[in-house]
Amino acid sequence: MIERRTLSRKVFLYANYIFLTLFSITCLFPIIHMAALSFSSNAAVSAGWVTIWPVDFNLDSYKYIFSNNIFMSTVLVSFQRVILGVSLSLTLTVLAAYPLSKSNLKFRSRTIYSWFFVITMIFNGGLIPTFMVVKETGLMDTIWALVIPSAVNVFNIVLMLNFFRTQPPELEESAQMDGAGSLRTLWSIYLPISKPSLATIALFSIIFHWNSWFDGMIYMNSPSNYPLQTYLRTVIVSRDLTNMNASDLSLLANISNRTVMAAQLFVSMLPVLCIYPFLQKYFVKGIVLGSVKG
Amino acid sequence: MELKGTRKRRFSTGAYHMMLLPAVILVLIYSYGPIVGIVIAFQDFIPSNGWFNSEWIGFDNFKYVFGMPDTMQVIGNTLFISLLKMIVGIIFPLGLAILLNEVKNVVFKRTVQTVVYMPYFISWIILSGILIDILSPSGGIINNFLGLFGFEPIYFLGDGAWFRFVIVASHIWKELGFDTIVYLAAILSIDKSLYEAAALDGAGHIKQMWHITLPGMKPIIVLLSVLSLGNILNAGFDQVFNLYSPQVYSSADILDTYVFRIGMEQMQYGVATAVGLFKSFVSFIFICTSYLLAYKLANYRIF
Repeated sequence: MIERRTLSRKVFLYANYIFLTLFSITCLFPIIHMAALSFSSNAAVSAGWVTIWPVDFNLDSYKYIFSNNIFMSTVLVSFQRVILGVSLSLTLTVLAAYPLSKSNLKFRSRTIYSWFFVITMIFNGGLIPTFMVVKETGLMDTIWALVIPSAVNVFNIVLMLNFFRTQPPELEESAQMDGAGSLRTLWSIYLPISKPSLATIALFSIIFHWNSWFDGMIYMNSPSNYPLQTYLRTVIVSRDLTNMNASDLSLLANISNRTVMAAQLFVSMLPVLCIYPFLQKYFVKGIVLGSVKG
Repeated sequence: MELKGTRKRRFSTGAYHMMLLPAVILVLIYSYGPIVGIVIAFQDFIPSNGWFNSEWIGFDNFKYVFGMPDTMQVIGNTLFISLLKMIVGIIFPLGLAILLNEVKNVVFKRTVQTVVYMPYFISWIILSGILIDILSPSGGIINNFLGLFGFEPIYFLGDGAWFRFVIVASHIWKELGFDTIVYLAAILSIDKSLYEAAALDGAGHIKQMWHITLPGMKPIIVLLSVLSLGNILNAGFDQVFNLYSPQVYSSADILDTYVFRIGMEQMQYGVATAVGLFKSFVSFIFICTSYLLAYKLANYRIF
């Protein structure tokens, strides 16, 4: 299409570029501002000089948080949680999705199982009964409380089974001609070709586990078992540095609640900011496929 | 021949059942277990007695809840915040998608998309920390900036009206990118020849937007709006819970935070479960209605 560039059209296009640029800055600004705060000195921060660039650049707040045992132990809990949670839910998702992807002719109980899972997408017991079940099953105050109740994600199972379903049935038939059982077929034929789907689900699940905080708050009794986000919440709410010890005092001159908080927030964001660009392309496809189907 | 076929099938479905077993057990315990636990909404529940040994009191918990003045206030807050989020949450992404679609420079377009989409992946805990800092009346950057123009510091998170504004604005800020991508995809699927025909007939860009782009997107707009009805009682637990404080309870308490406060903090398990059940029941009706509408209006099906 040949486009005639009238003056009003040109004005619109430039205004559009400027608007979108400003808008993107609005989205980035709070994050850059936090990073700038975390690298600045206490004095500059309290004087309100810091916007998007550090003033009196220093790493004191980072030295402080990395020597803070509680912060580091919650980071460790979060990493453990991500590794355990992601491997558990990937395993369960694949194992459940494979049989469910079979046709009703091959696997007649399929319909019953599907309803069994789908019902839980619509109904749930709510906060209190769920809390009590977790408590009764003895998971309180262990890392399992953070990974087991959420291990079966029906949405992921549906995603995975739809992927399995798009594969040609000849694949499986030929494997079974060669004498492979179901588990063997799944492991050696289906898994290698489902890497893109597995990656999507793994990334979904990494973000989910890294960002979760509520279960840490209600299922963990001692703060040393908190995952990072739950710990951050206690820091945000109480905003104090009571866990500071004498060796930190030398750093005190240059740090404050605000710079330490900014550093903690920034460190907690980093993993997400690092994997997000890889995640995006899968995600975009997923959303578009999931929403524009109708 | 017949026999061989059956035997083969029986063998393989056995393996299928085994594969499903772990997921089935976990769902039975952690999804169906709590559904059974809903019975405590109808009891004067005493935790040490277990789920079935407390005194059954029929609908007394519900009567008690709806007799409290707080409850109506909370339902009102929930509806107000979530309706506002819904309306603004359609207009902004739609507008952004239309503007982005006008951009011909691919690199610029992709960069804007990536940046706008980013807050979606950051947790509400981190975003709350950021918001609390930048909105702080003492030294927060927003108030510093307003101060340059001689404004008095505004206590954004401590004043009911401002709090609601912050909730809706920060919700849009976080979720915008997600819906924008859906709308962009819908724009891309509009037949290009329609635009050429319109241009030949002398329609300018604004007219094309009005008569082609918007009507072309009508199905997806209707679909997303209708589907969001099912979420009408979810006004955003993570967000409100991490930003609010007793000062703004009267204008910010939503059903989920209310359940948390009466359940986990005041230990009134039966009452909290009753509120939760009421919420699930109403949500369920809304979900069914919205899917029925989505099917009628946009021919949408989940499966």
